[in-house]
Amino acid sequence: MTILRRRKSSQVSNDTTQRVSIDIVAPIIVGILVLVAWEVFVRMTNLPPYLLPGPLLVLQTLITDWNELFASLLVTFQITVVAFVAAAVSGLLISILFTQSKWIEKSLFPYAVILQTTPIVAIAPLIIIWLKNNTFAALVVCAWIVAFFPIVSNTTLGLNSVDRNLVNLFQLYKASRWQTLVHLRLPSAMPYFLGGLRISGGLALIGAVVAEFVAGTGGARSGIAYRILISSYNLQIPRMFAALLLTTGLGVVIFVGLTVLSDWILGKWHESAVKHEN
Amino acid sequence: MIPAIELNHVSKVYSNGTVALHNMNLAIQDAEFVSLVGPSGCGKSTVLRIIAGLGQMNSGSIDWGVCDRKLAFVFQEAALMPWATVQDNVHLPLKLAGTSKKYADVLVQQAIQRVGLSGFERSYPRELSGGMKMRVSIARALVTKPNVLLMDEPFGALDEITRSKLNRDVLDLWSQHRWTVVFVTHNIYEAVYLSNRVIVMAARPGRVVADIAIDAPYPRNEEFRTSLLYNEYCREVSQCLMATMNEQPLLHIVGNDYSPSPQI
Ligand SMILES: Nc1ncnc2c1ncn2[C@@H]1O[C@H](COP(=O)(O)OP(=O)(O)OP(=O)(O)O)[C@@H](O)[C@H]1O
Ligand SMILES: [Mg+2]
Repeated sequence: MTILRRRKSSQVSNDTTQRVSIDIVAPIIVGILVLVAWEVFVRMTNLPPYLLPGPLLVLQTLITDWNELFASLLVTFQITVVAFVAAAVSGLLISILFTQSKWIEKSLFPYAVILQTTPIVAIAPLIIIWLKNNTFAALVVCAWIVAFFPIVSNTTLGLNSVDRNLVNLFQLYKASRWQTLVHLRLPSAMPYFLGGLRISGGLALIGAVVAEFVAGTGGARSGIAYRILISSYNLQIPRMFAALLLTTGLGVVIFVGLTVLSDWILGKWHESAVKHEN
Repeated sequence: MIPAIELNHVSKVYSNGTVALHNMNLAIQDAEFVSLVGPSGCGKSTVLRIIAGLGQMNSGSIDWGVCDRKLAFVFQEAALMPWATVQDNVHLPLKLAGTSKKYADVLVQQAIQRVGLSGFERSYPRELSGGMKMRVSIARALVTKPNVLLMDEPFGALDEITRSKLNRDVLDLWSQHRWTVVFVTHNIYEAVYLSNRVIVMAARPGRVVADIAIDAPYPRNEEFRTSLLYNEYCREVSQCLMATMNEQPLLHIVGNDYSPSPQI
């Protein structure tokens, strides 16, 4: 009896570990294979590092230049975070404003779209000139412009897609505008808002990087994009790869962080976050 | 006696051109239990919504004879907030009215217990079955101690046993508190068992075709369900209903000016 039960339980745990491990092991194997092939290719063809450095060299550069590169990454991260928080707060407030009156929404929404469709590379120089005393602020504004729209459009959609019956229920109990907003519209919009955040997190980083490229500011407080730019000028290609690696890593960390946050907030109730049992 | 709720010549046309109600007259007395039956799409939900003040009517009026009216509505769909637990859902009307938390907690507990959901206070709607969700919705309506209760097919999704238990509960509550109840159902037996009056409606346009008083004393019990009187009432309602189902959609109603928009 006990033997039987034990065998059964070990089988179950085997199954679950197998499923988890395939999620992690498979991409890692692919990654290692690609890296090995890359390294082998570089060595076989004797490519000079300024054309294509091998992964080992990139790693080595990352370690030797770590202090400088990581400091720059933090600067870019700071810009990203400030722009992202500004986009989240302003995006939420503007969507709330939009839902207060169809007139406001109709008259302002096109401008939000225009802001979104204007290429950031084209307007970044302008913004940098206008705010030339404060480069940090200029970079934040650029990143904010890029990050802001997905939050506004998603949250506005969410605030407007409230269950009709619930709206009626609130009407029946004579809920004030404020009560309806706080207890009905905002919770309904939460999944949409969080979806917007997940898109905007990555966009804020891209916005910051692009703006840094355009600004090309040096000095002690230069961001990671500046390092990439200068490395490519100086043909320090391994260093450029290392900086690129850091930037991409940061993007992934931001995305994962926001996904975890979103799953945690929606946790128990929303279809996207709950475990399905049939 | 002034009726508690009086619909005078109420018409409702939805913006897509559907004539949901045409020249509807209905007087409901104070503390009366009235059921609306009729084929699907005949405008029963529309009547309830208009009584509740949700959505405008195109013509006609409603006169109220209830002083200090407190409405509660059980919608056809459960309409629960998915982000809130059962107890938070039931608590909502009290929260909106600003009832003190301590007092509200007691009422919420009572209401949940009445619909037989004790133990599920902290569950989320997605963890409940369809019938359980409906019972949460009923608890939410009862928690404010309304004096006008509008229920739109509240027991449609429930099994026979739970349905008759809740039928008895509603009757008990009704006779205790003397609420005015307007109750929509597809179930003729339920309508006859519960009501003072059964209103039969016909579709396109929605209107009243029969108004059948159920002259049987309360409290009604299982004995009433097996009585001859009960069976006769059921047959009468059912015949009226059959008549409305079989007839062609009316194009012209004698004595008024209704003519439908041409069909394209
Ligand atoms: N929001 C709406 N917009 C347009 N037409 C509607 C709307 N709601 C209801 N209708 C129409 O009004 C008519 C009456 O609808 P209502 O929901 O009142 O019917 P009902 O008697 O409650 O039906 P059921 O028993 O199926 O719930 C239907 O023909 C329907 O098509
Ligand atoms: Mg209906």
